Amino acid sequence: MSTIAAEVNDHAHDDHGPAKGIKRWLFATNHKDIGTMYLIFSFAMFLVGGLMALVIRTELFQPGLQFVHPEFFNQMTTMHALIMVFGAVMPAFVGLANWMIPMMVGAPDMALPRMNNWSFWILPVAFGILISTLWMDGGAPASGWTMYPPLVLQTGDAFPFLIFSVHLMGISSIMGAINIIVTIMNMRAPSMSLLRMPIFVWTWLITAYLLIAVMPVLAGAVTMLLTDQFFGTSFFLAAGGGDPVMFQHIFWFFGHPEVYIMILPAFGVVSEIIPTFARKPLFGRDSMIYAASCIAFLSFIVWAHHMFTVGMPLSGQLFFMFATMLIAVPTGVKVFNWVATMWKGAMTFETPMLFALAFVFLFTIGGFSGLMLAITPADIQYHDSYFVVAHFHYVLVPGSVFAIMAGVYYWLPKWTGYMYNESLGKLHFWLSTIFVNLTFFPMHFLGLAGMPRRIPDYSTQFADFNMIASVGAFGFGLSQLILIYVLLTAKKGVPATDAVWDNPEGLEWTVPSPAPFHTFDTPPEVLPPLKQEQHA
Amino acid sequence: MGSHADDRYYVPHESHWPVVGSAGLLFMMVGVSIWLNGSDPGFWVMLAGVAIVIFMVTGWFRDVITESVGSMYNAQVDKSFRMGMLWFIFSEVMFFAAFFGALFYARNMAVPWLGGDSNNFFTNFVLWSGYESTWPTNGPGEVGGDFTVMGPMGLPLINTVILLTSSVTITIAHHALIAGKRGILSTFLAATFILGFIFIGLQAYEYVHAYNDLNLRLTTGIYGSTFFMLTGFHGLHVTLGAIILLVIWFRVLKGHFSKDKHFAFEAAAWYWHFVDVVWVGLYIFVYWL
Ligand code: HEM
Ligand SMILES: [Cu+2]
Repeated sequence: MSTIAAEVNDHAHDDHGPAKGIKRWLFATNHKDIGTMYLIFSFAMFLVGGLMALVIRTELFQPGLQFVHPEFFNQMTTMHALIMVFGAVMPAFVGLANWMIPMMVGAPDMALPRMNNWSFWILPVAFGILISTLWMDGGAPASGWTMYPPLVLQTGDAFPFLIFSVHLMGISSIMGAINIIVTIMNMRAPSMSLLRMPIFVWTWLITAYLLIAVMPVLAGAVTMLLTDQFFGTSFFLAAGGGDPVMFQHIFWFFGHPEVYIMILPAFGVVSEIIPTFARKPLFGRDSMIYAASCIAFLSFIVWAHHMFTVGMPLSGQLFFMFATMLIAVPTGVKVFNWVATMWKGAMTFETPMLFALAFVFLFTIGGFSGLMLAITPADIQYHDSYFVVAHFHYVLVPGSVFAIMAGVYYWLPKWTGYMYNESLGKLHFWLSTIFVNLTFFPMHFLGLAGMPRRIPDYSTQFADFNMIASVGAFGFGLSQLILIYVLLTAKKGVPATDAVWDNPEGLEWTVPSPAPFHTFDTPPEVLPPLKQEQHA
Repeated sequence: MGSHADDRYYVPHESHWPVVGSAGLLFMMVGVSIWLNGSDPGFWVMLAGVAIVIFMVTGWFRDVITESVGSMYNAQVDKSFRMGMLWFIFSEVMFFAAFFGALFYARNMAVPWLGGDSNNFFTNFVLWSGYESTWPTNGPGEVGGDFTVMGPMGLPLINTVILLTSSVTITIAHHALIAGKRGILSTFLAATFILGFIFIGLQAYEYVHAYNDLNLRLTTGIYGSTFFMLTGFHGLHVTLGAIILLVIWFRVLKGHFSKDKHFAFEAAAWYWHFVDVVWVGLYIFVYWL
């Protein structure tokens, strides 16, 4: 036994840097390398999903059918959503978590580095399979990302590929989430108490819990679709005693927590950035943590607000309406705290702060439209209209996506060791913000006027706003070329200091820029003081 | 040598197992999809994928076991593994929750509504006139034809006793491990997985009986769907759990575990208790009530 030990131990603790060539990435166990892969993958999916959105907006530029077949249009809406949700937004946050959480809690790496690698490398397989369905008989799935039966059962050859790619995404997310929880709970520097953890770490802890709780439920739901299709079960078949509506219940039991999975880490990023550039401690730090926990809890008991029109007992409608509106309370706490953090702060407006600020304003608009949708009698009018599309794009694009971009600009100098091009960053911000509003704000009006979602053609009364939205979408898409340029030239700027910004809070700013391959070999014994403590 | 392991966290080297696993999954998922779409070669592609995944699992675990036996893991790593396992089991619980949820929803909502309950008089009157909701049912369309229910007595009861007993035997084995009584440990551990395999055998027998004599099939409406999906996934988990216990048993024979270092044993035991608890739920809600 001791021989094995000696042999293995021999090269166990030499300071191994990255492996050479492709092996560094294929066999990676380093959280920074894996984080980088997550971020690059996510960005690639963001571009692919974005192109699909542009196909949609091209067709919708004018009334009538001009460019694509209606079937293909539906494939685009479905694939766009699946790719953006599971391929772009979620992996981007996991990438940020990989890079930042070990550094923020003073850990040498993620708790389970090999599993971390697997979580990532399942994703290209899942999306390779999903995207390949575009070339199959019957085309890609076209039932909407919600995969409602019986419609989804009409998918062609793509059907089993869709189901299994969703399974793979689930496996990847669950393993990633387990890793994050274990890292936070077990690898934290002993001197860092739970309440002292950075807010980004807190929000990710809660998010990871949500992921482990609901991704298996999605797996169950799509498994039932699979067996209904191929093995003759009757889960969603009324003749056999099942119910298609049951799918919607199971799906949204996953689906609503899922939308919070996409926004809680965004809250975390923004809560890191605003105090830095307001030069004030985060207002109501503890209440931020409690609010995020409340949101997570409530997110399990509101799912049927997606189903007000499908038929449900009145008591159910009332319950889900009130439960949904309750979420506005902790969400309001958060928005209030961000604003209070900035109150009388010595603010500067570097790119990360600009994105974070836009987040606060524009996410709140999405929150308000969500509240409108939560009102059952109103939702019966708004449901499946462009108003819903406006709502979720406000919370997801200037919400989640802006927070991701804010985070990337904020931490990029720590990753590369150089300042990015600030003027181009600002340009990227302003163009994105203008165009995102140009794209999605008119959709509120379209929805209220009655334009249904997921339809390739529309009545001429909707023409003007659609044209504006399409122009906005192309503008937004083109603006992202600036981001690509900024990222490609990220190492061309002036070298970054260790703190990068003006006295930011957190362990990650105490290590060199770029952060060394292995950050903390032993946990840091003294933590930098929180800003609250500095002021007290 | 040991001193290192105590104060520094073990960060493993690059590993090729994860990508091998991903390749295996790729073959598996693509293969099974092609096969389900009706072309037989897919089956072989799937099998190739399964083989790759098995190769990956054994290789990966061999690495981990070597590292563990080589005392490269300190208490903190051990705790990471423990937490990881517990959260994994939680994810499994939620997977079963989806199917239990389907059972409760169908039984307490969907089926009564089809029978006209609540405000669904016209659903029943127009669509399924004459259907009276009952449980078990294969729905108003009598999908799958007449069938008989699997009662709670007989085999299912015996299986319940078997699994509950196996929970006791594994606990005895655990105590023996802590007390350093190797003989009792290996005997009771062996008893545990043997009981597990007997359970699976009886379950298979029950399935044959259901298919041949009761006309109770996966295709027997919602009752057959929930019955076979719940018991089927449970059976798969028992199989996996029993195989894990078997591997642990071989490791016990090799003297791998000590009084205070036996994470793998405990993980297997937790997993076993988990399948046991799921079974109790199944027995109550699927067979009995
Ligand atoms: C302020 C809290 C929120 C409330 C009260 C709320 C409420 C709602 C309601 C009632 C609907 C259903 C509309 C319908 O289909 O008729 C809905 C849809 C949606 N919400 Fe929210 N929401 C909130 C926040 C969010 C957040 C933070 C996200 C994601 C980051 C989000 C993403 C979505 C998505 C993706 C849909 C559409 C799903 C679909 O049908 O495809 N929501 N929301
Ligand atoms: Cu929702």
